[in-house]
Amino acid sequence: MANEGTHNVEDLHLQNLTKKFGEVAAVDDLTLTIPAGSFFALLGASGCGKTTTLRMVAGLEEPTSGSIHIGQNDITNLRAFQRPVNTVFQSYALFPHLDIFENVAFGLRRRKVKNIDAAVNSMLELVELAPMARRKPTQLSGGQQQRVAVARALINQPDVLLLDEPLGALDLKLRRQMQIELKRIQTEVGTTFVHVTHDQEEAMAMADTVAVMNAGRIEQMGHPADIYELPKTVFVANFLGQANLFAGVRTGTSSDSIEVVANGINFRVLSARNSAPSDEVIVGIRPEKMTILDLHDKETIPSGHNMLEGRVIDVSYAGVSTQYLVETTWGQNVTVFEQNVLVGDRSSVGDPVVLHWSPDHTFGLAGGETVLADTAQILAVGA
Amino acid sequence: MAAVLPSAGKQSQVSAQRKSRTGYFLLLPGMTWLAIFFAIPFVTLFMTSLQAPVAGKSGQYVPAFQVSNYPDALAEYWPQFLRSFLYAGIATGLALLIAYPLAYFIAFKAGRWRALMLVLVIAPSFASFLLRTYAWKTILSDEGFITSFFNALHLLPDDRILNTSIAVVAGLTYNFLPFMILPLYAALEKIDPRLLEASNDLYASAFTTFRKITWPLSLPGVVAGTLLTFIPAAGDYINSELLGSTQDRMIGNVIQTNFIEFRDYPTASALSFVLMAVILVMVFTYIRRAGTEDLV
Repeated sequence: MANEGTHNVEDLHLQNLTKKFGEVAAVDDLTLTIPAGSFFALLGASGCGKTTTLRMVAGLEEPTSGSIHIGQNDITNLRAFQRPVNTVFQSYALFPHLDIFENVAFGLRRRKVKNIDAAVNSMLELVELAPMARRKPTQLSGGQQQRVAVARALINQPDVLLLDEPLGALDLKLRRQMQIELKRIQTEVGTTFVHVTHDQEEAMAMADTVAVMNAGRIEQMGHPADIYELPKTVFVANFLGQANLFAGVRTGTSSDSIEVVANGINFRVLSARNSAPSDEVIVGIRPEKMTILDLHDKETIPSGHNMLEGRVIDVSYAGVSTQYLVETTWGQNVTVFEQNVLVGDRSSVGDPVVLHWSPDHTFGLAGGETVLADTAQILAVGA
Repeated sequence: MAAVLPSAGKQSQVSAQRKSRTGYFLLLPGMTWLAIFFAIPFVTLFMTSLQAPVAGKSGQYVPAFQVSNYPDALAEYWPQFLRSFLYAGIATGLALLIAYPLAYFIAFKAGRWRALMLVLVIAPSFASFLLRTYAWKTILSDEGFITSFFNALHLLPDDRILNTSIAVVAGLTYNFLPFMILPLYAALEKIDPRLLEASNDLYASAFTTFRKITWPLSLPGVVAGTLLTFIPAAGDYINSELLGSTQDRMIGNVIQTNFIEFRDYPTASALSFVLMAVILVMVFTYIRRAGTEDLV
């Protein structure tokens, strides 16, 4: 960028931000600080309020209450065209009557910036579209249009770049490619990126920080690996990847862990990995953290591991891994992913098996049966 | 694969041929209609415009090649020609000024009233054109409240509206307004509201957004609307006949009078031809100037 380094980037603060449509709160008392220069992802199912949040930051939606600051600068009451914020729209919203060059130059022309040609050309260089400058948007492929949309927003050197499901319209392969591309551009320009998406893999692959949103609130926020490995709510456990959950009751506490009995089986959860405040604990484990063994090999399981017996009811081979569906003695279906490292015998449908996993991967969540049922409903609606 | 492909190609070729022939069949009714109701009358009209009068017998003509009919007609009636284009031009301009905000409102702001408003735009067309123009005669009459209102403000040069050029232009504007509103609405309605948001996001105020995004994207509607208004307005004679005085006669009136009253068929035909030619030239120049070859 032309004046990299001279551009002072500041944190984005949302304070008690609320947006109501009639009686329904789309965004509910949201307080959040997005550090300058970070790649931040707002992740959630459709209707969770993530896009509304983004539109309020852009100035396209007026908050019912609360405030938005960039650094010390209150932008809550500024009009969209007065804010130092630019948006990459979901469907790109490129101006069809202007060519690529003029689309990218649009913001600069409105602010009467000098040396527009040089700035536009170097921006087109950055997104590798220099030869397309005189084409109309409809003459470009989806991926190219996407890059024009990024260039058009980024050339204004906004304090914050907002991306509203920017890769939603692209096919899977192109999406992966654009994820890397966007990440590269973000690193290069150092602008704060706020990325809204419903695709958890996309959020985890790109962002430094992921905030999982549900019903207008942030459920959990942190580094992708941290929230994946240690989800704090049932919603996050289910929305970010898959999880096997067993509702139980705490029966004992030792120095570093607690005992939970669920469906008559004893599980050990490390105290540091338990977020349940009461005795009602949901024990959770990610499918790829479990090992599947033939019931005869039960004695090879390391002591201290959690374990569970069942019967294989489905096996699907997916190249990289094999996905097993195991029915427990009480009829719950448990998903297990096994990496196809070894060639040879795999468990097959009907086999009695034992599943085991380390307490290091086990997590404890607040709730009882009702939480599980409610979350299942939310996820079903969201999907 | 290689063995299968050629035969598949042949098959699709045959079906493509059949398809193209089907296209011509579909054209047949339209072409027949055009031949009977446009091409033949067109040629007849042209031949009539070159006919010569039979000496001593008014209203009787013989086939000839009297090209002088054209300059003669123009020399006599050029003021009505100019007036027609002037009135039609003013009416088109007024219609654009009235229709644009209305079409904009229906397209972007009307919400659930949109369908109702569109019906209201079209509804007057359910009554006959002639009838509605007669109604305007009453509305604009010397005793009517509109005339009294403007007279109270001393705004009328002749102390009246009916039988003046104001009434003719007002009638033309009113009668052709829906032809302006509908194409404008169609063009505006197609504009993705996200484009306006994007423009707003890129430092353009509401006014700049209109100037740089909405207006250029609505140009196809503006071009279509002005043409659909101007062309029939330029050839109209009802409004001038019913709402204007003899000082406000347009070219349509002249053609009508020459045909029906004077039975001067060659002059009327020549005038019709000139009107057609002038409008065609104006339309092409206009479309070229508007730079919308790829839009219309």
